[in-house]
Amino acid sequence: MTQEIIIAGFGGQGVLSMGKILAYSGLMDDKEVTWMPSYGPEQRGGTANVTVILSDERISSPVLDSYDIVVALNQQSLDKFSPRVKKGGILIYDVNGIHKRPERDDVTVYPVDAMGATLELGNSKAYNMVVMGALLEAMPYKLPMENVMKGLRKSIPERHHNLLPLNEQAIEKGRTLI
Amino acid sequence: MDLKDIMKEENKVYSRPELLDDVHMHYCPGCSHGVVHKLLAEVISEMGLTERTVGVSPVGCAVFAYNYVDVDWVEAAHGRAPAVATAISRLWPDDVVFTYQGDGDMAAIGTAETIHAANRGENIVMIFVNNAIYGMTGGQMAPTTLIGQKTATTPYGRRVDLNGYPLTITKLMAELDGTCYVTRQSVHTPGAVRKTKNAIKKAFRNAIAKKGTSVVEIVSTCNSGWKMSAKAANDWMAEHMFEKYPLGDLKDNVEC
Amino acid sequence: MKGNEAIAHAAIRYGCDGYFGYPITPQSEVLETLEALMPWETTGMTVLQAESEVAAINMVYGGAASGKAVMTSSSSPGISLKQEGISYMAGAELPALILNVMRGGPGLGTIQPSQADYFQATKGGGHGDYHLIVLAPSSVQEMVDFVALGFDLSFKYRTPAMILADGIVGQMMEKVVLPGQRPRRTEEQVREQCPWTANGRKGMRRRNVITSLELESSRMEEINNRLQARYAEICANEPRWEELGVEDADYLIVAFGSVARICAKAAQLSRDKGVKVGILRPITLWPFPEEAVRKAAQGKKGILCVELNAGQMIEDVRLAVHDALPVKHYGRLGGIIPSPQEVADVLEREFVK
Repeated sequence: MTQEIIIAGFGGQGVLSMGKILAYSGLMDDKEVTWMPSYGPEQRGGTANVTVILSDERISSPVLDSYDIVVALNQQSLDKFSPRVKKGGILIYDVNGIHKRPERDDVTVYPVDAMGATLELGNSKAYNMVVMGALLEAMPYKLPMENVMKGLRKSIPERHHNLLPLNEQAIEKGRTLI
Repeated sequence: MDLKDIMKEENKVYSRPELLDDVHMHYCPGCSHGVVHKLLAEVISEMGLTERTVGVSPVGCAVFAYNYVDVDWVEAAHGRAPAVATAISRLWPDDVVFTYQGDGDMAAIGTAETIHAANRGENIVMIFVNNAIYGMTGGQMAPTTLIGQKTATTPYGRRVDLNGYPLTITKLMAELDGTCYVTRQSVHTPGAVRKTKNAIKKAFRNAIAKKGTSVVEIVSTCNSGWKMSAKAANDWMAEHMFEKYPLGDLKDNVEC
Repeated sequence: MKGNEAIAHAAIRYGCDGYFGYPITPQSEVLETLEALMPWETTGMTVLQAESEVAAINMVYGGAASGKAVMTSSSSPGISLKQEGISYMAGAELPALILNVMRGGPGLGTIQPSQADYFQATKGGGHGDYHLIVLAPSSVQEMVDFVALGFDLSFKYRTPAMILADGIVGQMMEKVVLPGQRPRRTEEQVREQCPWTANGRKGMRRRNVITSLELESSRMEEINNRLQARYAEICANEPRWEELGVEDADYLIVAFGSVARICAKAAQLSRDKGVKVGILRPITLWPFPEEAVRKAAQGKKGILCVELNAGQMIEDVRLAVHDALPVKHYGRLGGIIPSPQEVADVLEREFVK
């Protein structure tokens, strides 16, 4: 099993930390992982992305051309990465602010209203965990929720551990979007 | 009475300090460095610090201090002695670490290291030999060269409009919270030598007691660089240098 | 754990005595992590933010001169500033560990990843005839492992060692296994193991002087000859490299650091299309695994050197294989990272056609 994933959006949407939680969750599930932030020129202009690879085997390149799963949280990211979903792969995007939809019929596309779901939860900071829920639900590799919670616990500073139930709730809410 | 009768132990009034090697020094006759080396050797052995002292020598005339004073030495890159001393002092807290620096080392190329080591209050001693000229490289202008003073690079005398003002680095260091003792001394008379020795002793005591950084500036002669006889250099120093660099304590926070 | 954070953990666990550094992107996490871990409370390790890179490397010089296991880290412009101190350490035969998380240059350049300091790291860097032992990690795990390896080699040969990483390895997060905590050496152990160091004449032993100065030419030549003999010994004993699918390959990619992993994926893409590509990854950039490259090149149709620079390591590859086969360069500059497909396409374009 290898899942090559990119999560892309605006800086401040929690893209990097969502990637980190995903990577830690994979780690807790005994997978090889890499987490590579957008550390190229693309980070300019307020966009951020992170490549996360989860695998049973040793991971070669942390930098990729194409992905099993693309999560796009704004138009720029969608435009840039939707052509780079592997054939038969998965494209998840937040419909808010999207005026030009992706034209791919060889991949599974999940338009989700993650922002709407987050507002229903009443805490806009949980946005990235709602997206994470959608990703976990859509991903062929089923990461056990207990290991996701372990990953969360590991990547969130201890002083914020009181927010763990909220995060869990957000992930579950996100799962319902798929 | 022949020589053998005279050279008896009971007639002895002075001898070479045990930590001062019996070798030829490369210093010019009349230079202050030799006297300062002797004082260091005396102080270290009198205070029983031979086994726990590390000296850091600079680039400049005193680069070879390690050939004369019988303690462990590290020879630093130009200006970096305070950084080198910082690490040794922190990694060997029971050691007493001193730097021996000239005016170029202390007040030109090494100003940043000097100021910051003192500002951190490193428990080290800085011996600063200020002779207002670059001796080793052949008598060029130092940051402490006086206005009007002729050097190889100020052949018509130092000019403010071209070269700025003499830098009183010690005065700056007295302002820093990290220094506990900042003094300016000289070694041109027996009385001055005695005072300097006491100042060095006090500085070493401060380092042992971990009171912070102690700075002992020694206003010195460079008769070769100044192109004077040893006697004339001493007189010139008293007449001209002490006006810009007056002797005495600039700061003393330590009761003893 | 990020590569830069891993370095901090590895340093503490090695029993490192002191770290001296100055912040510069993209490696400031090393100092930040050390300050957060407060090792002075546990192992007694000293951590100090210096006033400059110049001061930091001279603190390392002082610490090493006193026999302690000390290190610094920086990124390209800061490493340029440290060259004076590094040259002095090579001259004074002092062991120490220096980490360079390379960014693009010249000048202030960019904060993005680069491998453009290969020449500086492997050919000397500062003035005088000297070499550093240079290790190039390609994973976070190797960032950890090379702290111990770097220190051990530098103490073994009494010469500074450098970990030459790039921004990718520094910023990337991966699974790591940290070694157990080694106790720091006691003062008695330091005196016993490194009797040449300057830390006070304990027991009234003869004085030790650490210096790189010798004005007598014949003696200075002797010192240089001694250094060169040691470098020859390092070249004979310490080259390290990794090979991936070299045996049956028609083409060879030589790449170091994180770029070698991008190339491994590229080789896989090429093999999927029936083009047999193997990878040779030098782990020690100095000593360069010359013999290994020569052997691996035998029977191959071409070598592609992929580097995040305008072609630096390729010179050592060419020296290794002479003119036995075509050697081509592919590099990206300014912080651009080539993708695996890009590398595979270049290889096909250059050699397969």
